[in-house]
Amino acid sequence: MAGTAVLGRVTWRAAKAVAVHDETATARTLALAICDWPGHVAGQHVDVRLTAPDGYSAVRSYSIASAPSSDGRIEITVERLPNGEVSPYLTQEVVVGDELELRGPIGGWFVWRSVQTEPIQLVAGGSGIVPLMAMIRSRRSAGSSAPFRLLYSVREPETVFYRDELQALSNQGDSVVISYVYTRVTPKDWPRPAGRIDAPLIGTGTWPSTLRPTSYVCGTTSFVEHATDLLIAAGHDRERIRTERFGATGERK
Amino acid sequence: MAIISRGFAGRRSAAEAKLPPGQYLTTDFPVLSAGPTPHVSLDRWEFTIDDGSNVLKRWDWKSFRELLSESITVDIHCVTRWSKLGTSWEGVSLDVLLADVRTELPYAMFRSYGDYTTNLPLKDVMNKQAWIAFKFNGADLEPEHGGPARLLVPHLYLWKSAKWVKGMTLMPHDKPGFWESLGYHIYGDPWQEQRYSGE
Repeated sequence: MAGTAVLGRVTWRAAKAVAVHDETATARTLALAICDWPGHVAGQHVDVRLTAPDGYSAVRSYSIASAPSSDGRIEITVERLPNGEVSPYLTQEVVVGDELELRGPIGGWFVWRSVQTEPIQLVAGGSGIVPLMAMIRSRRSAGSSAPFRLLYSVREPETVFYRDELQALSNQGDSVVISYVYTRVTPKDWPRPAGRIDAPLIGTGTWPSTLRPTSYVCGTTSFVEHATDLLIAAGHDRERIRTERFGATGERK
Repeated sequence: MAIISRGFAGRRSAAEAKLPPGQYLTTDFPVLSAGPTPHVSLDRWEFTIDDGSNVLKRWDWKSFRELLSESITVDIHCVTRWSKLGTSWEGVSLDVLLADVRTELPYAMFRSYGDYTTNLPLKDVMNKQAWIAFKFNGADLEPEHGGPARLLVPHLYLWKSAKWVKGMTLMPHDKPGFWESLGYHIYGDPWQEQRYSGE
């Protein structure tokens, strides 16, 4: 399993921005066309390298947002960090036609493969939605009927990534069941007051543990700690919970 | 030849010069874990050393904490590219734990609560290079950072510093642990930038 994920990924490849669009006021999606891209599995990430004219370079990792495809393209969604070195460039500077370097795909653990048929519980905090969106898109492009649920926690309605696409998905019959949690500001007439995920919400917004779902939880460290503690308290097997923590500038208690 | 990124200047600081290649400096303490954080109670905690068939040494929390411990100030480097300089820990040196273990076996697989494993050459955990740490910045090590106790091997990427460690198995041959089986480097020297297998 790991072997296929590893193939060819230590090589830096030229990539060109072929489309960009804003997801929110602080996040942008970049579609990249990559030279000799070997393909990826939903949940994997890439290293992006930027190089200044004097040779100084900086590398950061970004989750892939798009479904696996054979057209040599991927999409990444980048959240701008206030004191970031690379994310301000990717979200504000890059225009279509710009070149950068990339290697990957990387990661053989936090992945969903279309051969998996068990129920899937996705739990996203903020920009933690990105690799989970790749799984949702992979499910659709593979024609999988694995039961998917997404619990998506955001600060406020304006910070939802992929809003229209998620809305369209939840309007379809056999699809992905989506529940939102708003931690700071809710939409008008929202039944639940703003607040973190809690035990009652795990009860109504996720698969029951008796279905033995595989869970993928992605967000900041404190979000992941909190959400996984609640899942375990609700009876989920800890061996069936996979996590990815966005840490580099994550909050500290 | 790298592609020049139009309009990219980047940031440089004097401190970055001390870092291994491809790393950047952080002042907070990010977390990388594959699954939920285990919460290990001290009355169940133990650390064992075995050779694959026999348990050679065993400590419970009380006897472990009676061992000679020391303060350690070291730089740490995560494969996800952050580095943190001058971190302060308290722990028991592996030299103390291995003091009266006589073995010809040159490798070890460290085992953790939560089933994480990582492999290390024995020579990399001896001679003041590795500790079982239980305090960070003077306070008990928090579960999300590996508490009650974690391995600390600061000269290698931090995934080698197994959180929630519960023992080590001595081995005749090197064998990949958890991340090493998932495409990460078998040894993981940050100064050689050994991030992924094949580098």
